[in-house]
Amino acid sequence: MSVPGSKPEFTPGRHSMNSAFRIPHSAFRTPHWGEGSLPNQFDVIILGGGPAGYVAAIRSAQLGMSTAVIEKEKLGGVCVNIGCIPTKALLHSAYVASLLRESKEFGVDVGAVKTDYGVAMQRSRRVSDQNSKGVEFLMKKNKITVVKGSGTLQLGRKVKVASDVYEAKKAVVIATGSRVKGLPQIGLDINKTTVISSDEALFLEQAPPSLAVVGAGAVGMEFADIFHAFGSKLTLIEVLPRILPLEDAEASDALAKSYKKRGIEVLAGAKVTKASVGKDKVVLDVEAAGAKQKVEAAVVLMAAGRAVNTEDIGLKECGIQLTDRGYIKVDQSLQTSAPGYFAVGDVAGPPMLAHKGMREGVNVVELVAGKKPHPLKYDNVPSVTYCHPEVASIGLTEEQCKQRKLDYVVGRFPFSANGRARGSGETEGFVKIIREKRYGEILGAHIVGAHASELIHELTVARENEYTVEEVELAIHAHPTMSEAVAQAALDSLGRVVDM
Amino acid sequence: MATNVYMEALSPTMEEGRVVQWLKHEGDPVKTGETLAEIETDKAVMDLVARADGVLRQVAVAAGETVPVGKVVAVIAASGEAVAPAGRGTGDEGRVIPQPAAPSASSPLPRPPSPAPADATRVKASPLAKRIAKETGVDLKLLTGSGPGGRVVRRDLEAATARPVAAASASAPVAPVPSPSSPVPVSRGGAAYEDVPLTQIRKTIAKRLVTSLGPVPHFFLTTEVDMERAAEARDALNRQLGDNGKVSFNDVILKATALALTKHRPCNAWFQDDHIRYWHEVHLGMAVAVEDGLITPVLRYADTKSLAEINREARELADKARSRRLQPAEYTGATFSVSNLGMFDIDQFTAVINPPEAGILAVGTITPKPVAVDGQVVPRRRLRLTMSCDHRVIDGATGAAFLKTLKLMLENPLAMLL
Repeated sequence: MSVPGSKPEFTPGRHSMNSAFRIPHSAFRTPHWGEGSLPNQFDVIILGGGPAGYVAAIRSAQLGMSTAVIEKEKLGGVCVNIGCIPTKALLHSAYVASLLRESKEFGVDVGAVKTDYGVAMQRSRRVSDQNSKGVEFLMKKNKITVVKGSGTLQLGRKVKVASDVYEAKKAVVIATGSRVKGLPQIGLDINKTTVISSDEALFLEQAPPSLAVVGAGAVGMEFADIFHAFGSKLTLIEVLPRILPLEDAEASDALAKSYKKRGIEVLAGAKVTKASVGKDKVVLDVEAAGAKQKVEAAVVLMAAGRAVNTEDIGLKECGIQLTDRGYIKVDQSLQTSAPGYFAVGDVAGPPMLAHKGMREGVNVVELVAGKKPHPLKYDNVPSVTYCHPEVASIGLTEEQCKQRKLDYVVGRFPFSANGRARGSGETEGFVKIIREKRYGEILGAHIVGAHASELIHELTVARENEYTVEEVELAIHAHPTMSEAVAQAALDSLGRVVDM
Repeated sequence: MATNVYMEALSPTMEEGRVVQWLKHEGDPVKTGETLAEIETDKAVMDLVARADGVLRQVAVAAGETVPVGKVVAVIAASGEAVAPAGRGTGDEGRVIPQPAAPSASSPLPRPPSPAPADATRVKASPLAKRIAKETGVDLKLLTGSGPGGRVVRRDLEAATARPVAAASASAPVAPVPSPSSPVPVSRGGAAYEDVPLTQIRKTIAKRLVTSLGPVPHFFLTTEVDMERAAEARDALNRQLGDNGKVSFNDVILKATALALTKHRPCNAWFQDDHIRYWHEVHLGMAVAVEDGLITPVLRYADTKSLAEINREARELADKARSRRLQPAEYTGATFSVSNLGMFDIDQFTAVINPPEAGILAVGTITPKPVAVDGQVVPRRRLRLTMSCDHRVIDGATGAAFLKTLKLMLENPLAMLL
């Protein structure tokens, strides 16, 4: 195993004498620091082991570049540990609860349904931990050095971790991500007991008796769904005129209707003007449509946006500039204002989505390796909210089409007319495809319904490859499937819908 | 069942066509393949042929009228069949593949008009790009794809037509600029100016040339060639040929250029965005002035042809060009071009590269000049050649080396035999 000249701290199984420790990598077996490279020298150093960072690292290693990832917490970042993955586990628990409550109708009587958020939470932690370990395994498999600790950028493509300095020969990739933020200006600073963020919600032992969720974007919608299923009295507050404000208005309306029907109080166009935070409850002054009301809840969950992690990582010292909105300023190739330093993922700007960051990570290292990556189409990044019913979309909303004065045709198909959806009792929602009138280009697609998160990809592939609605429809869709609704919506946009 | 006759895309870049004359008239029986009308495209006058047997009906466009590609210009009906009025000029039915009005089980499917026969290489393009190309008449084969694996995608078409082709990229309509009113009183009898609409060929020239000088980084190399020995060789050849033809200086220059290109591969190339295509074949474009424009028919495999063959073919191509009878395949696919303004007594000039070609040779007039030869000033016939190079493909020294070989061949015609 050992190679002449290797230093003791690289012996497998032994931690470094430094505060930073490395997951041993096989540099000693196949020294890719040949040709005079120093042990702390890599082709590519990635600051942050979240989805953008770890995927960039793997692609970098695949391209034959020696790669290091610096991560101060767990590999996988927010996504794996306190974001996408554990919430999906909890949402499934919520789904199981709702399904069992209706199971009698399906001929399965389970009696009274009892829920325990603590158990669901423990399960979600196991899922997260497995995923984080999976990322760790992928690092080893791809011979990527993982440095534990907080990294600070230095001039000359260097990153300092504790007392060690690591040098990148080709590129430093900043992938430090983002974090939740409160609204201290109206008294809603996150105190982690009565005013919490998703970070705390994911570790609660039990569902609060009542919960007010401030912000009805993807995060707010998902937690409202979860806690309502676990018995919390739910109020959902959104300052913009409709919930899921970035989605197509029809999607927002469908979700508002669905939430209200199941007993969630939905306040859209509602501004929290004041918050009185007590020991075991919070009272919010909410102003909606000129009327004032008080919302009382045991816990308030803040889901009103995220702040990027740009502090204390040495950006200023390296001459890396920020945009007006606080993101790291990057050019088309995602290079920052300092040559050799790139930024990917949430810090590089919206949309703040794991899959967008992952692709940015891949593109940056491919560029660094001298390849010509497929340009990322930011308008074709799918946006998905995993509440029930799910909401998934790509491209433009109908409102945006109107604003741009585009000549468009809308095709719609409701799941209530879809055989498979009727069979499974999942008739909520629809597929909506907006096509350009003359050439049939897919301008946008919006799906509300069970499995919308999976169904959207047919249209994502189509749009990425410039298929028109006709190519989508020409492909035979199996019967009976929910995917048929996609084909039917395409047909509807052509004025030839069959099943309606 | 009636079959619509569409204005077809008869050339790769054709967007609209002008009916020169109808060769068949309302009520004439027609057979598949027969010429119905002569159509002036952006490049040439082409035949519009029948795609079905029957009787010509509903001629909707008169001679002299210009209509967009895809418009129904007439109908071919079975004799005695009653036909619905043909679609009249909303311009909205701008589709090239006709939708049969009422398909019936017994009638054969109408054949879509076959696309203009360009070269047979397969084109990789997205479905959206294909649809836009079909409707706008852009030839996808002439475009360089920037999608995965060189696939032509929408942005390539946008770049090629330099205007938004799909709504997603539509910008706010530009407010019409009021035309400046002419200074009022000073009348010298007659209008101050004349507005002449662009003909098809001028439109194409305008479109093509701005894709050259703007985006293509040109540089120019000039050399002066002693043509005495070439002239002697030509005279000798022509004496020998006698009544069997004549070789012109232009033929000699074309031949020498083609041969020099085989020795300087980097100059016989296409710039293709993410790659350079170095051609192993030499297809020489030769600029021919035609009424109201110019066109560059292509001398195929010019390096392999004899001077007599070059003379004959160049003459034929020039004649066809001037009578506007060139087929698309005859003016596309050049790997390098030559433009000769010698007959206009131009000493030297710079020519504009025809992308994706990487170079063009501008040939001046052959003129006697006093030149020092072995310390004596003597009159010699001299020729100035100027090469325009696309710097993305050809560097200064590369272009200069090519010109040197060319000069050597012209100054010592025997070198062409080497």
